[in-house]
Amino acid sequence: MWQKLYEELQDQNFMIIAVAMDSRGIEAVRGPITKAKTTYTSLIDCDHVVSDLYNMVNVPQAVWINEEGRIVRPTEVSGAALSLNLKKMRKTREIYCNAIRDWVTNGEDSPHVYSDSEARAHLPSYTPDIALAHANFHLGQYLWNAGNRTEGESFMRKATDLNPNSWNFFRQMKNLGNRLGSGGPEYMARVRKRSKLGNEYYPLPDMAGMENLKK
Amino acid sequence: MTTVLAAGCELEVQGDGKRNDQTQLWMRAEELHTLTGWDLKPEGLCKDEACVPLAPESLKEMVDGEFIDASSLWQSLDRPILHDAARKTWMLGEGASDRSRQLESLQAPDFSLPDIDGRMHSLSDHQGKKVLLATWASW
Repeated sequence: MWQKLYEELQDQNFMIIAVAMDSRGIEAVRGPITKAKTTYTSLIDCDHVVSDLYNMVNVPQAVWINEEGRIVRPTEVSGAALSLNLKKMRKTREIYCNAIRDWVTNGEDSPHVYSDSEARAHLPSYTPDIALAHANFHLGQYLWNAGNRTEGESFMRKATDLNPNSWNFFRQMKNLGNRLGSGGPEYMARVRKRSKLGNEYYPLPDMAGMENLKK
Repeated sequence: MTTVLAAGCELEVQGDGKRNDQTQLWMRAEELHTLTGWDLKPEGLCKDEACVPLAPESLKEMVDGEFIDASSLWQSLDRPILHDAARKTWMLGEGASDRSRQLESLQAPDFSLPDIDGRMHSLSDHQGKKVLLATWASW
């Protein structure tokens, strides 16, 4: 999804680091990465460490980091709204990619770059349950991959209970059990249940132009 | 042999065989440092510039020669610690307050991960550039 944008902006001191959250390891993503012929940095995160560090709950999410290593837009959905409405999906992606272009060209003067206080206000809250959930998930997927599947799954299940907002935990757990499980009936039921609780699957970024696309 | 996991790290520790069969996780000071970056010093438990003071009596209980009771230390730091039923695999989790503090500082936390050829790359390799850190998955 990012290759064209990267080619367009790569001469402007810009890098994309795409991180694949995949407990199945490098072989699970070698195919797609090779096929996409990516020239930006493409990494594999078997333990979902980046999710833990940046408090992420779904894919695709993204963070904007400036030249000094400071977060100027914290974790948010990177502009691809899950929707059967293809037109809406294209529009959110277009707005998001245009915002990146504006940031890369105009730096701190871009209206999409948050001030420090705005950035802090947009940080998703990192609770003790979230910290405990990451520990459970990390141990669970390790045990699963080591062949101890029953215990591994129970730790991963605990992680999804402790942080029900994390689709990464839930879908990775289902995918380890069965490659198609991450999109199976249990997933669909969970999406409906979470949605009834007011938990949007892909909340749109707080970005000019997106507000008209909200339901 | 006991496997200990921490965010971004995994280590086989020799530990102190006779006690690791029980409820505690003992390891050498340098193993704790490799796994977590924490060191035990006379002033307490320290990481980088920050130190958490520990009462002398609890320090005494947690240290035995070159071995440290990492499980008690980790609990005294109020961080999650988990293990499997066989106590052969342990997880030293990070605390919510540390993660929050790091994010509130707005300094992007660094990490090192492999590419498909196994070469390691760090976020900090790209300092001086704007970076879009984006996630995806095959599932």
